[in-house]
Amino acid sequence: MTAGSLHEFLVRAAGRTPDAVAVEELEGFRLTYAELDRLSDRLCDHLRRQGVERGDRVALCLTKSADAIAAIFGILKAGAAYVPLDPDAPAARDALIVQDSGARVLLVESAYEAALVPEVRATGAAPSLLVVPRAGGGRGLSAALPVAASDAALPPPPAGPPVGPADLAYILYTSGSTGRPKGVTLTHGNGISFVDWCSDEFRPCGSERFSLHPPLHFDMSISDVFLSIKHGATIVPIDPRTGRDPFTLGKVIAERRLSFWISVPSILAMLAEHGHLERYDFSALRCLLFAGEVFPIAKLRRLRELLPGPRMYNLYGPTETNVCTFQEIPDRIPPERATPFPIGRACGHAATRVTGPDGADVEPGAEGELCVAGPGVMRGYWNLPERTAQAFLAADGRRWYRTGDIVREAEDGALEFLGRRDRMVKRHGYRIELGEIEAALGDHPAISESAVVATSDGGDVRIRAVCHAGTEPRPSAVEMKAWFASRLPRYMIPDTVHFLDALPRTSTGKVDLQRLKELF
Amino acid sequence: MNNVMETVRDYVLREFLPGEEPSTLTAETPLISGGIIDSIDAVRLIVFLESEFGIEVEAFDADLDHLDTLAAIERFVATKRSAGET
Repeated sequence: MTAGSLHEFLVRAAGRTPDAVAVEELEGFRLTYAELDRLSDRLCDHLRRQGVERGDRVALCLTKSADAIAAIFGILKAGAAYVPLDPDAPAARDALIVQDSGARVLLVESAYEAALVPEVRATGAAPSLLVVPRAGGGRGLSAALPVAASDAALPPPPAGPPVGPADLAYILYTSGSTGRPKGVTLTHGNGISFVDWCSDEFRPCGSERFSLHPPLHFDMSISDVFLSIKHGATIVPIDPRTGRDPFTLGKVIAERRLSFWISVPSILAMLAEHGHLERYDFSALRCLLFAGEVFPIAKLRRLRELLPGPRMYNLYGPTETNVCTFQEIPDRIPPERATPFPIGRACGHAATRVTGPDGADVEPGAEGELCVAGPGVMRGYWNLPERTAQAFLAADGRRWYRTGDIVREAEDGALEFLGRRDRMVKRHGYRIELGEIEAALGDHPAISESAVVATSDGGDVRIRAVCHAGTEPRPSAVEMKAWFASRLPRYMIPDTVHFLDALPRTSTGKVDLQRLKELF
Repeated sequence: MNNVMETVRDYVLREFLPGEEPSTLTAETPLISGGIIDSIDAVRLIVFLESEFGIEVEAFDADLDHLDTLAAIERFVATKRSAGET
């Protein structure tokens, strides 16, 4: 490994190129490496004065900005793990994450304070608050911290032993099948092994300009933030509004001379379709990565025709393992290719195997579950020892994470993704446990029974809630959608809501999900 | 309801609320904050508005606030049309 901790990347880069721009926001604010390092030091000192110690958790609910990036490094420098919340998610869900993670401090931007803090208190959690005025250019975070001359700026307690690769660095919460999000715990070593692999494979340099398109609670943000900082490059955070606006995004990529891009395929497909990409100069774009879901081949072909220049890769890996397989996309996609590209071969820092239900390897070329081992693989789920134990297979003296993804190894060694062994689906790159939506439906006073199924419509996942109402009148679809919007992140809201007089059953009395899929 | 609103209402019902009782979708029903359309749906809606009403949306100058209700969409289309005439 090339560092002992993720924040060492920042300290080193700030020593090498203090005046280089570390973060450049679309609105024009810039933060140099020296400024980013200093601001994160100030937060680190403040957190330690608040009693934050090595191994603690600090949650943050900030818009994607220089402030948020400084906050991440400040938290890591204090020896704590950062727990990024989704500012766009319902506050009650974010509050559950604050409570579950046992965060000692919550950094919250003032715009989210009024909604989030009462919900956090309602869970019984009582983290210290650090309220950040409007984030931007590091000014919000700086204003929230005591100035050096004030009483509050007493020297922090002496630092403990340095953080190492085995220490927890971040907890990313993903959809949980029981209705509560579950925390994937990742160490500094997990993150560094992935970043180092990216360095070897993509060879970024200091003049690189990285987009930061994914939200910070999404694992894809790890490569943008830490790979860029490791190499002394510039991060350009893309605010969520611009990030989902195909009419301006292409222009932003071109005019900002972005050279390194990673996002989910659905954004790229939208760009290819509506972004007028032929109008712009993408000569700076060197490397374009996508991950998180299958890229339908017709849409990928269209994107490739519009963007023939950059090297293009399909990356694969659940949050639990970081990216663990990859596949380069050729300059030209032959017209006869009718299926999506495979997820490819194992990355250098990962080992893969394909197993049957008994846990033994299947014959080469047979279908099986993809299992992953290596330094990128998570420690486990936060506070869920049983769930963690179920997620791993012990073999050859190693812990193999069972991805739940069904794959097949092609003759050339590339792995093809075939589907899931459980009820998790991906939409816009987000993981959705259908059980989490069912759990939300279970709280609705008028719904006596429900099931949620996912169907595929030309490569697009459609989520359908099927309900039986115990009382009349039935809630309307408009009412149901508003109700979902108050409880679930936007990407989990079902596309359609259907009511049946009775849900179909299998011979054993369970809801017949297969039949429901056929019905809708 | 006038033509623009009626046309958009039919589109929203057809695309995002199939099978819904039409009267539940009013001029003030929140579409985005109410969970009826997400950001990718919003792009489809804009493309529909462009082709249906001959307007051009430069960016999300459409801004999500301008798309959150049928009444807001109607105002947005009217503004775009009058801007296009000048």
